[in-house]
Amino acid sequence: SVKKLLKAPAVEPEVTATSRHYVDRLFDPDPQKVLQGVIDMKNAVIGNNKQKANLIVLGAVPRLLYLLQQSSSSMELRTECAVVLGSLAMGTENNIKSLVDCHIIPALLQGLLSSDLIFIEACLRCLRTVFISPVTPVQLLYTDPTVIPHLMSLLSNSLRTQEYITQIFSHCCKTPEHQTILFNHGAIQNIAPLLISPSYKVRMQALKCFSVLAYENTQVSMTLVNVLVDGELLTQVFVKMMQRDQPIEMQLTAAKCLTYMCRASAIRTDDSCIVLKTLPCLVRMCSKEHLLEERVEGAETLAYLMEPDVELQRIASTTDHLVAMLADYFKYPSSVSAITDIKRLDHDLKHAHELRQAAFKLYASLGSNDEDIRKKITETENMMDRIVSGLSESSIKVRLAAVRCLHSLSRSVQQLRTSFHDHAVWKPLMKLLQNAPDEVLVMASSTLCNLLLEFSPSKEPILESGVIELLCSLTQSDSPALRVNGIWALMNMAFQADQKVKVEIVRCLGTEQLFRLLSDPDTNVLMKTLGLLRNLLSTRPHIDQIMSSHGKQIMQAVTLILEAEHSIEVKEQTLCILANIADGNTAKDLIMTNDDMLQKIKYYMGHSNVKLQLAATFCVSNLIWNEEDGSQERQDKLREMGFVDILHKLTQSSDPNLSDRAKTALQQYLA
Amino acid sequence: MVVSTWTLQQEGLGFKSSLSCLSCSLHVLSVSLWVPSEYSGFHPKKWIGWSKCGSGLLLTSQFTKTRVVAMSGQSSGGGFLMSVVVHGDSALNEQEKELNQRLRRLYPAVNENETPLPRSWSPKDKFSYIGLSQNNLRVHYKGHGKTPKDAASVRATHPIPAACGVYYFEVKIISKGRDGYMGIGLSAQGVNMNRLPGWDKHSYGYHGDDGHSFCSSGTGQPYGPTFTTGDVIGCCVNLINNTCFYTKNGHSLGIAFTDLPPNLYPTVGLQTPGEVVDANFGQHPFVFDIEDYMREWRTKIQAQIDRFPIGEREGEWQSMIQKMVASYLVHHSYCATAEAFAKSTDQAVHEELASIKNRQKIQKLVLSGRMGEAIETTQQLYPNLLERNPDLLFMLKVRQFIEMVNGTDSEVRCLGGRSPKSQDSYPGSPRPFSSPSHKASSSQPYLTGTVQHYSHHSQCENFTYLWGEKRQEANKRGNFFLSSPDLSTNIHQLTDTISTPMFESFLVSSLSNDVDMEVDHFTNGVTESSSNGFLNGTSKHTTEPDDCDVESAQSKRQLCGGSQAAIERMIHFGRELQSMSEHLRRECGKNSANKKMLKDAFSLLAYSDPWNSPVGYQLDAIQREPVCSTLNSAILETHNLPKQPPLAQAVGQAAQCLAMMARTGSGSCAFASVDDYLH
Repeated sequence: SVKKLLKAPAVEPEVTATSRHYVDRLFDPDPQKVLQGVIDMKNAVIGNNKQKANLIVLGAVPRLLYLLQQSSSSMELRTECAVVLGSLAMGTENNIKSLVDCHIIPALLQGLLSSDLIFIEACLRCLRTVFISPVTPVQLLYTDPTVIPHLMSLLSNSLRTQEYITQIFSHCCKTPEHQTILFNHGAIQNIAPLLISPSYKVRMQALKCFSVLAYENTQVSMTLVNVLVDGELLTQVFVKMMQRDQPIEMQLTAAKCLTYMCRASAIRTDDSCIVLKTLPCLVRMCSKEHLLEERVEGAETLAYLMEPDVELQRIASTTDHLVAMLADYFKYPSSVSAITDIKRLDHDLKHAHELRQAAFKLYASLGSNDEDIRKKITETENMMDRIVSGLSESSIKVRLAAVRCLHSLSRSVQQLRTSFHDHAVWKPLMKLLQNAPDEVLVMASSTLCNLLLEFSPSKEPILESGVIELLCSLTQSDSPALRVNGIWALMNMAFQADQKVKVEIVRCLGTEQLFRLLSDPDTNVLMKTLGLLRNLLSTRPHIDQIMSSHGKQIMQAVTLILEAEHSIEVKEQTLCILANIADGNTAKDLIMTNDDMLQKIKYYMGHSNVKLQLAATFCVSNLIWNEEDGSQERQDKLREMGFVDILHKLTQSSDPNLSDRAKTALQQYLA
Repeated sequence: MVVSTWTLQQEGLGFKSSLSCLSCSLHVLSVSLWVPSEYSGFHPKKWIGWSKCGSGLLLTSQFTKTRVVAMSGQSSGGGFLMSVVVHGDSALNEQEKELNQRLRRLYPAVNENETPLPRSWSPKDKFSYIGLSQNNLRVHYKGHGKTPKDAASVRATHPIPAACGVYYFEVKIISKGRDGYMGIGLSAQGVNMNRLPGWDKHSYGYHGDDGHSFCSSGTGQPYGPTFTTGDVIGCCVNLINNTCFYTKNGHSLGIAFTDLPPNLYPTVGLQTPGEVVDANFGQHPFVFDIEDYMREWRTKIQAQIDRFPIGEREGEWQSMIQKMVASYLVHHSYCATAEAFAKSTDQAVHEELASIKNRQKIQKLVLSGRMGEAIETTQQLYPNLLERNPDLLFMLKVRQFIEMVNGTDSEVRCLGGRSPKSQDSYPGSPRPFSSPSHKASSSQPYLTGTVQHYSHHSQCENFTYLWGEKRQEANKRGNFFLSSPDLSTNIHQLTDTISTPMFESFLVSSLSNDVDMEVDHFTNGVTESSSNGFLNGTSKHTTEPDDCDVESAQSKRQLCGGSQAAIERMIHFGRELQSMSEHLRRECGKNSANKKMLKDAFSLLAYSDPWNSPVGYQLDAIQREPVCSTLNSAILETHNLPKQPPLAQAVGQAAQCLAMMARTGSGSCAFASVDDYLH
């Protein structure tokens, strides 16, 4: 390549001169000469990127487009123009950009209205090349609403139109809106017969179409399961395409189709086409004998397929040594490739990140439910080290996948107690939390929640690393997921915590923020905040201490929640907080002096929901507990308010817990 | 092996053997035999099934509903234990049929004459704590099961043939018993059976209690999940890369063993009371999709063949191919095509055109059944050829006799018989590559050297053509029988004058259609099918009444075309043939091939309807091909030209190579059938 660089300046003027000649000939008054000029240009640009770039710079594109659109041009000339443009599009991404800037897309789409099949095919071929480039905005396909129906109608014309159009569709279907547009224009009915086309290319592109159409799309997926192709159910056609003698690309894409249909609930996860065909096919794709790209796609698709289903996870975990097979994903670039083959090294490097993130994703999915599988994963060679180093990789994708994997494994009590602690995973995790995009933060903070569980040995060192501040800041995030995780982690942290920690949480979070969270639109946030309050308000000294400093606001918040429209769970949690407050020494008074609150308690004792009755009765029981100072006055007051009658009634409750609780409370009066 | 089975058939036929005679001869067969058990019963007595079951041979008659189980030793020699089971079990029969069909579909390359497939556990090759039941498919433990010393195993009846390419069997855990110490795997012959598979050298197993794999070692490696009651465990041996993987409930568990030695037997071992497992060697559909796995390997092997590098030197490959094609065309006397081809590829033809045309003429005569004329023409054009080659002449004469029975030979046709168009409408060109029949051609030395298989293939639909010559339906036949009542009388009268015992015996038997004949017929069927492991399922029905609908369309076929004079001529010719045979024996010594040929031909007369008889295949026009080919080769040899075209030789070499691979344990031969490459 060095040689080339040296040579280039000397050659360039010459090339430019010939290029100019080609362009000049496009302006010849004699149409025959123009045609010959275009044909010569076609032959000159094939495989010659330099020539292509030159012609574009010299303005060949607008002229070619003009000739292509001119109805006075001969069909032959118009076709040759489309061919040359298609050839130019085959060059670099810059070429494509220039072509798109010259409005090649509307011009070619216009060309499709012609009645000449050869011309249409040339236009489609060029369009295909333009649209499959990542630099082309796919939206351009949908600007004119007549385009999609027209493309659908062209599908029947020839094998070539079928191949190009389906390829355009599969590359330009990127959003649910695109899926809907294609679906509404009969994509399924029009493309399904192509799955049994005699041309492999057509079959393959049609299959790709279905995979992008079905992805996370229930409507499409539900329709697909009922489609018949030549009397055979589409799912069976896909199953046949997964046969082991089919090309890998076809097996993989068919497996994707079935995976997407399954995830969209169109196929049950225990259907044999999933359990005995799709899953094994995807596991096979992860094996060493396949291309790195195929292994990445196979692992990602498999992770997606079994994410929600523990049975599939169990089967996959024992299929073809999958767990061990994935360990190989971390061995790129291999030491061998570095020395022997630069090309291979380059290839490996390019895919190394992709491989690692795919493996992490698949491990995460495998281990999301089953304890035995998690154990198997953590026992894989160097697994925890790999996760730890994955957490600090430069690639966000790898970091995210690594933290997902860690999160999945963190659901195991055993792993939290052992490998997580041994490898100090909390350190890179904390580092990751400092400055990361939201999606990483969500996963990392979820994992942190688990690491802060009371039995986790990592809890202490995490506390010492200043995590409270970090979590409090998460509760202020715009993302509900982050707010939940932040408050959840705080809740876990406050569970049976020292006074010092609790005070620190309240101080750091601030009552204002605490009450803001109590009115959070997200129920999860509210629930976890109540949980935090409940954990803070446990053991008598803590209750009195917190209530003495924040009693007023807390009582206000409790009142608000009990008065507002909330789910049973929220109200139960709130009544539990109230019961905890009633357990304090001095804190009791905050309830006893609040008649309104007492009325509320009374109301919930008579509520139709047993859980709420139970929580309210707890509260009363704590208020009238005998051994405490002033219990007599409180008992008297509550009797006056009619609580005793209600307690008597509750002893008759059919719920044994409730009647027991009521009896225990009534005994306080007898003593 | 094939030759010996053929001898058996002869003896059976000649002595009108009874069942005991048949079974006496059976020890010759150490092979598993197969005949589809689907017959419709026009015939008074027909055997509907014959298959190998375990180490015994199972014989079933539709008529008597009697099953005769002849137990034989593993390989040969031993005496026969015969037991008669009344009430044939039709469900069992169905299962065997399914088993045979599945095994042939899975392992088409296996020649079961040489290497029988495992079909059940061996009652002889097991430890005493093992009990077998349900056709030797169910295994239960009957020891104390106190210590590992009480472990017990059983091997299948046969080792896994390499020609399987990929072999698979499944075991269902019926009960895990006390502790569930089941081991499933493989072991070589002679490995101690008082052990679980995997514990010893040349023994491999996957154990249910811990899910570990044991590779010739007392300590296992973590391998897969545990397994227990209700699970189906599969074991797949890949004989191409010598690895093994297991499956559990239809899911592959990944490679368990590598570098496996050849000739391993499916093996199971049990260790505690109550353990019961059932084997499936193909009796039922497998839970795991083994055929899909085999497809992958077939594709891999074929891709390897397709990508095999050919000579680097420019044009060398092409010119060699052209030479082969040209020589093939010349050999088979496609004059015009050969000329045109040689011209366009710029090659010289090594034989005079006239010579080619002569051979073409003779071949046409043979292929249209006009044997008399063919012999005459040969004698004219190539004097001394047949003189120097008495065996060849004898072969031609026997064929002439058959054509006389058929009513196609020139000598009987001119005697006023009907000219059965349907029979001599054979295309003018020979069809030596009309696979799969060429596999069995006697004229092609690379093959097994027997002729009798032709009848099987005569109605196979999937002939391959090298040059696109469409083979016309020369062998379409109706249901034919001796229609005239006085004909048998006539034959009866004729027998008085016949002195030769063999010929007479057939004439007699044609009148007294006795029971024993059926046994011969049956033996015949068995031999035909057993010699060929890859028949397709329908092939045996060629002589069966599935042609009934043809009958109405065609006039009834009659002996020698139905002419009295022709029959007389035929019988006379038969006598001549008999004496020629005796003469030949005196001159040249015994020749079992000739004897066999003659008996076959004569046995046509033993049936009221030769065309629908078990030996009726001889009347098929396709049987003219080997005769034609042998004659052609003999002529070419006198001109110092190769008696076989290089192309056929290459095909033969390839076939031979595959057979050799099978014998030496190269499993890839399973996926490289020569037929796949003859388009």
